[in-house]
Amino acid sequence: MDYKIENTNQIIVTKPLELDCGQTIKDFPIAYETYGELNEKKNNAILIFHALTGDQFVSGNNPITNKEGWWTTTVGPGKAVDTNKYFIICANVLGGCMGSFGPKSINKEKNEPYGLNFPVITIKDMVRAQETLLEQLGIKKLLSVLGGSMGGMQLLQFCALYPEKTFSAIPIAATASHNAQQIALNELARQAIMSDPLWNKGNYYQDSKIPKNGLAVARMAAHITYMSDKGLQEKFGRKLQEKKDYEFTFDADFQIESYLRHQGKVFVERFDANSYLYISRAMDYFDLAKQFKSGLSGAFQNHKTKFLIVSFSSDWLYPTKNSKEIVIALNASGANVAFAEIKTDRGHDSFLLDESEFLKTIKGFLDSNFEIFKNEK
Amino acid sequence: MKNEFKIISNLLPSQSRVLDVGCGDGTLIQALINEKNIDARGIELGKNNVKECISKGLSVIEGNAETELGQFPDKAFNFVILSQTLQAFYQPENVLDQLLRISHRVIVSIPNFGYWQIRAKLLFFGKMPLTKSLPYSWYDTPNLHMCSIKDFYQFCEKKKIKIDRVIGINGEKTSSIHRANLEIKNLLSEVGIFLVS
Repeated sequence: MDYKIENTNQIIVTKPLELDCGQTIKDFPIAYETYGELNEKKNNAILIFHALTGDQFVSGNNPITNKEGWWTTTVGPGKAVDTNKYFIICANVLGGCMGSFGPKSINKEKNEPYGLNFPVITIKDMVRAQETLLEQLGIKKLLSVLGGSMGGMQLLQFCALYPEKTFSAIPIAATASHNAQQIALNELARQAIMSDPLWNKGNYYQDSKIPKNGLAVARMAAHITYMSDKGLQEKFGRKLQEKKDYEFTFDADFQIESYLRHQGKVFVERFDANSYLYISRAMDYFDLAKQFKSGLSGAFQNHKTKFLIVSFSSDWLYPTKNSKEIVIALNASGANVAFAEIKTDRGHDSFLLDESEFLKTIKGFLDSNFEIFKNEK
Repeated sequence: MKNEFKIISNLLPSQSRVLDVGCGDGTLIQALINEKNIDARGIELGKNNVKECISKGLSVIEGNAETELGQFPDKAFNFVILSQTLQAFYQPENVLDQLLRISHRVIVSIPNFGYWQIRAKLLFFGKMPLTKSLPYSWYDTPNLHMCSIKDFYQFCEKKKIKIDRVIGINGEKTSSIHRANLEIKNLLSEVGIFLVS
């Protein structure tokens, strides 16, 4: 890797931020990327929130992995979220490992990485840190905020905290809180990491022996939840991996085994195990309804934001039911809401893939709302 | 825009809050927003219709009015519109109760089964009638509970639902319907539009 994470665009948040856990942090970096040009009236800005293992490199080439940005299917020149037209901002979340303040950052007092001394952060903490970025970029009101999965959680939190800061919002395959199954799946991933002896209670940065195996297993388990039963069956079925028959060993006989192992292997190259613990914890703690006396609908009381909620029919990790809870809360509070379930076999990860119906829907929503927003001013 | 939508639009004051139940491709909602500055929303069952509405920037949710109107608070809207859909519900009475709960006033339009052409077709040919407003064969019709203008009028009276206005449509012609001309208008109108509260 030639590219150094220290070279990412970043702001230093000097204003003290009091975290939900009670600790206060200040003078910390938030790494971000922008795409497209901010227009003169500053009314074409869109903030994108990334998911659990995402980063700020939404589109084009990711200089760290040297692969395409994670949402290149959706964001770019001429794409559904058109960077010829819109100014896109995406920040690496607090607790992340791509240049923002996280467990891998150096604790200057001790001159060593924080590891588990990093404070436990929440979705709200992440969102408040990113709001500082908007302030520094001089954007008073966004055209829209977009986010899938954990990005959708940040989006809902953002809208609840700063109703005046965005004209529209598109939470995709999201939920307003984790249920027992969703927490259980995250716990499985965390236990996989923590039971790797190299994890060493989060202290593995010095001798660069990282808990690869644990992190890879965590990724494999999570990856299964991003796909649907039918999607997996169609792609892999019982197909064997470059062999004619079983080898009667525990090597990867099946294609699906080989695929998952590969997913685990490439993931550990780019992601920090401690960040996985911290960010997945933040997802489990997230419960938007709990922040308001009147429950979830209280989060959106008297809001003018135009919402488009999108879910995918085969997503069993954040099923349509979760999106509908958000729709119901928005309707109960009289908010302006559109909702569509996209029919697909590609599961939770559909939002990252080239799903034409999904892309057409968000493009139409964004473009028509841009026309309304432009004329509003 | 079809005549029925123009009549419905005329019944609505500008800047009101309106829900169009079974809003189709959003033609009416779009017109209400553009022409009358109405805060119009929709709920629609058909996936393609929903996506089309959203692409136009309309606030339409995918959902089934039969089961999902409960999410709206009492009197959330000034008007709800139910255009030629009441007869397709399993339990139209429950749907109507919900509409009256979530809105101050309700506009219901019905394809009139008492229209003379329909009566004549059944009488002379002895077959289920096919007309412009009822184009389905008996085996593929979504319409489960057909009624006439007179049926719905009497149904409202029985349920103590206040009838504010009834308008009959026959081609391009429209006329006001009341107790005194109910029999004749029930024969001559293809579609009836009821404003109730």
